[in-house]
Amino acid sequence: MLNLSPAEWTAIELSLRIAVVATACALPFGVAIGWLLARKNFWGKTVLDGLVHLPLVLPPVVTGYLLLISFGRKGPIGAFLDRYFGIVFSFRWTGAALACAVMGFPLLVRPIRLALEAIDRRLEDAAATLGANPPLVFLTVTLPLALPGLIVGVVLCFARALGEFGATITFVSNIPGETQTISAAIYTFIQVPGGDAAAARLVLIAIVLALAALIASEWLARRAAIRFHGE
Amino acid sequence: MNVLAVDVEKKLGALKISVRFNAASGVTALFGSSGAGKTSVVNMIAGLLTPDRGSIALDDIALFDAAAAINVPPHQRRIGYVFQEGRLFPHLSVRQNLDYGRRMSRRTPDADEFERIVALLDLGALIDRRPRMLSGGERQRVAVGRALLTRPRLLLLDEPLASLDAAHKREILPFLVRLRDDAGVPMVYVSHTPAELRRIATDVVRIEAGRVLAQGGVELLDEDAEAIG
Repeated sequence: MLNLSPAEWTAIELSLRIAVVATACALPFGVAIGWLLARKNFWGKTVLDGLVHLPLVLPPVVTGYLLLISFGRKGPIGAFLDRYFGIVFSFRWTGAALACAVMGFPLLVRPIRLALEAIDRRLEDAAATLGANPPLVFLTVTLPLALPGLIVGVVLCFARALGEFGATITFVSNIPGETQTISAAIYTFIQVPGGDAAAARLVLIAIVLALAALIASEWLARRAAIRFHGE
Repeated sequence: MNVLAVDVEKKLGALKISVRFNAASGVTALFGSSGAGKTSVVNMIAGLLTPDRGSIALDDIALFDAAAAINVPPHQRRIGYVFQEGRLFPHLSVRQNLDYGRRMSRRTPDADEFERIVALLDLGALIDRRPRMLSGGERQRVAVGRALLTRPRLLLLDEPLASLDAAHKREILPFLVRLRDDAGVPMVYVSHTPAELRRIATDVVRIEAGRVLAQGGVELLDEDAEAIG
């Protein structure tokens, strides 16, 4: 049954690449923003918190449109990045990764923030008296203790990125081999006569990938829990 | 010879701490009832709490001086701190906890020193366990070893026996006495229990309501034994 055509393989490979790149690029920002929200009080914190969560409540097509007018070739940020860094998002797979990263960001930040808030700050004080400077305290105590939350955030963000459709298709369209992910390919196959079998195959793949991500996260979280709290 | 010179003021809510004392080598007890501000004083010495005014010097080198705007951060003070609740790192084994200070200061491993401290505190059987698998007394012994292995110039112990039952207290005290006699690290020992301090202290600073009432020898413990209970 699983006799995948090259176009279908391309969509799968593209989906995975976009989801991995989106999650990996979002992660440092997710940790930084999660840390800011968990630990710091500053002017505009409520606004930042709202902005981070906006993609969760906005229609994805709106997020995609906002990305298009800001990160498109003629958008202010897109034009700047193109001119000075040669980075182009519009109608490229990199744009799809950006859309997925933005859509997955709230799901990434929230568990990281909660994990950081739950950490016993007194352990960080103890680390300081043992000679660890603030960056080392963060790397050797804070981050390892927040690891379970970090894993949850990464998996949720990855799963969101893998399934993203609305913002991606609005921002970078549905170009086979460039921006046509599994979701977009399924959508296309459903539109054309005789595409049912191909759509069904990709649906099956999507289910398998989602399940695999869930099982992997469960396994990782359990391993982290064992490391922390003994067997 | 004075090792530690403390002269600090700090307002914490309703409590105004204004404390001045010197500590020589040996074990200086900070003795007083709960809520007298003893832990806050120790936190200021460690650099975890910043005084409003005053100065703290260790071996005649300023750690804090409000007038001169000196405030050495805690990780550069080389002061070991044994907390009331141990505060071992739950994600590290006992060995990794003990080794933490050395790793953070990027010193090369010293197996002899490590083995000496492990033997002194009888930690050999615990070395590969996780903190949550230890009893309260074992945890405190590891915490003492972890602080000692940073080669501290001063060791702060904040009610190290308070969370332990009587049997575990009897288990730890001999180790602390041995530490006083063998390791040669000056200690500041916070407690509200005269019986415990009588075993270990060489010098007593009596603190009540944020102020030093008296400083002297262990005889200070006898006068107040009844009042404190």
